[in-house]
Amino acid sequence: MSDPAVSESSSISAPLLTLRQLSCERDERVLFGELDLECRAGEVIQVFGPNGSGKTTLLRTLAGVSPDYSGDILWQDQPLPRVKWEYAQDLLYIGHLPGIKKALTPAENLRWYAAIGGTTTSVTNDEALRQLELQGYEDTPCYQLSAGQLRRVALARLYQTQARIWILDEPFTALDKAGIAKLEQLIAAHAAKGGLVILTSHQDLTLSNLRRIDLLDFPGSTGEVPYAS
Amino acid sequence: MQAEQAARSNGGTFSMFWATLRRDLTLAIRHRGEMANPLVFFLIAITMVPLGISPESGVLASIAPGMIWVMALLATLLSLDGLFRSDFEDGSLEQMLISPQPLYFTVLAKILVHWLVTGLPVTLMAPLLGVMLALPQAGYFPLCISLLLGTACMSLIGAIGAALTVALRKGGLLLSLIVMPLYVPVLIFGTSAVQNAVAGVAINTQLAVLGAFLAIAIVLAPLAAAGALRIANNG
Repeated sequence: MSDPAVSESSSISAPLLTLRQLSCERDERVLFGELDLECRAGEVIQVFGPNGSGKTTLLRTLAGVSPDYSGDILWQDQPLPRVKWEYAQDLLYIGHLPGIKKALTPAENLRWYAAIGGTTTSVTNDEALRQLELQGYEDTPCYQLSAGQLRRVALARLYQTQARIWILDEPFTALDKAGIAKLEQLIAAHAAKGGLVILTSHQDLTLSNLRRIDLLDFPGSTGEVPYAS
Repeated sequence: MQAEQAARSNGGTFSMFWATLRRDLTLAIRHRGEMANPLVFFLIAITMVPLGISPESGVLASIAPGMIWVMALLATLLSLDGLFRSDFEDGSLEQMLISPQPLYFTVLAKILVHWLVTGLPVTLMAPLLGVMLALPQAGYFPLCISLLLGTACMSLIGAIGAALTVALRKGGLLLSLIVMPLYVPVLIFGTSAVQNAVAGVAINTQLAVLGAFLAIAIVLAPLAAAGALRIANNG
């Protein structure tokens, strides 16, 4: 899975993730509709759209958290429901809730994620946390950390995963400038290794292989900005 | 490749189960106050019984089995609401749902922890409270055994209700309404085991039925709770 030659050949032959006529309705209102998209290995896809246009819902749908959609999602040309396990092995999703237990230390949080997630690398917790400048905080309960530091704990998982597809919902939230630069580097490196990154952000990213998708560009999207809930 | 994947997945499920068990136990120990809540309720409620009804040992002895069982049931109910709530609120529930590991075992590990921090202490406290209610000698062992089986059943069944109401802000009342009817058979067989033992009648039947409830609940309740979590998280 980590063999670059394998991922390179697959990137030429077929897209990793294909969306066909993907639509999602919430409370009888179409959030986005008739989404057609081919995501290839080595790409970074930034999803745009005004607040409430369904960016998070799209990412949750792609991550398999919310199975409430019409249309098809294909993972390496196989419909998603049929290859769920393989897909889950190859997926890392960080939602806008970072999923960090505040009563646990960063190291304890990461240990649990290593156990429930897919395949992991040999990067230790200490190493991953050091990469994100959290050295010295390994054994501090997370409720003592700032919002940006909590986000960094969640992002430390990126160093420990072998998943090819990363789905990140607003990963830059609460990060400082150095943190943003670091994460951009990490995303670029992942794409260069043949990974696929799908993210939402209002940041202007300066990555070479970036593709911007505006949710309002698709025919089925109504473009209505819904009520704030 | 296939075999290798299968092997990794098996080892993975096992280590995931332990990791979840360890994580939730650590969390329970760090939130000691919450953990003590149902136990303190159990203790206080039973202490009030002689004051409210009668200090006479004859009267107390006749209601002791039922009282202890009902209070144990209420103590379990009190602690159910938080079973999946914090995971839902901080986003770790989403991560459990999309994990390649089966949700069944994640849920089972969480239920096991719930039982370890409520059902088991309640069972261990019960003989002491039996003394307070002048429970006759013959009742102690059946009380412990029936509570051991019964509280485990109640944690498992309660998890279904907790999963169904996880997305509701104030699901406490609804949770009780969903779970209560399912607790009734457990309560009936549990109390009757203790009452029969006090009366000197064999209790094999009651214990066998409780054991059967537990066996069914272990197989089905985590499945139902896992399904409910998927639905609840979608809304």
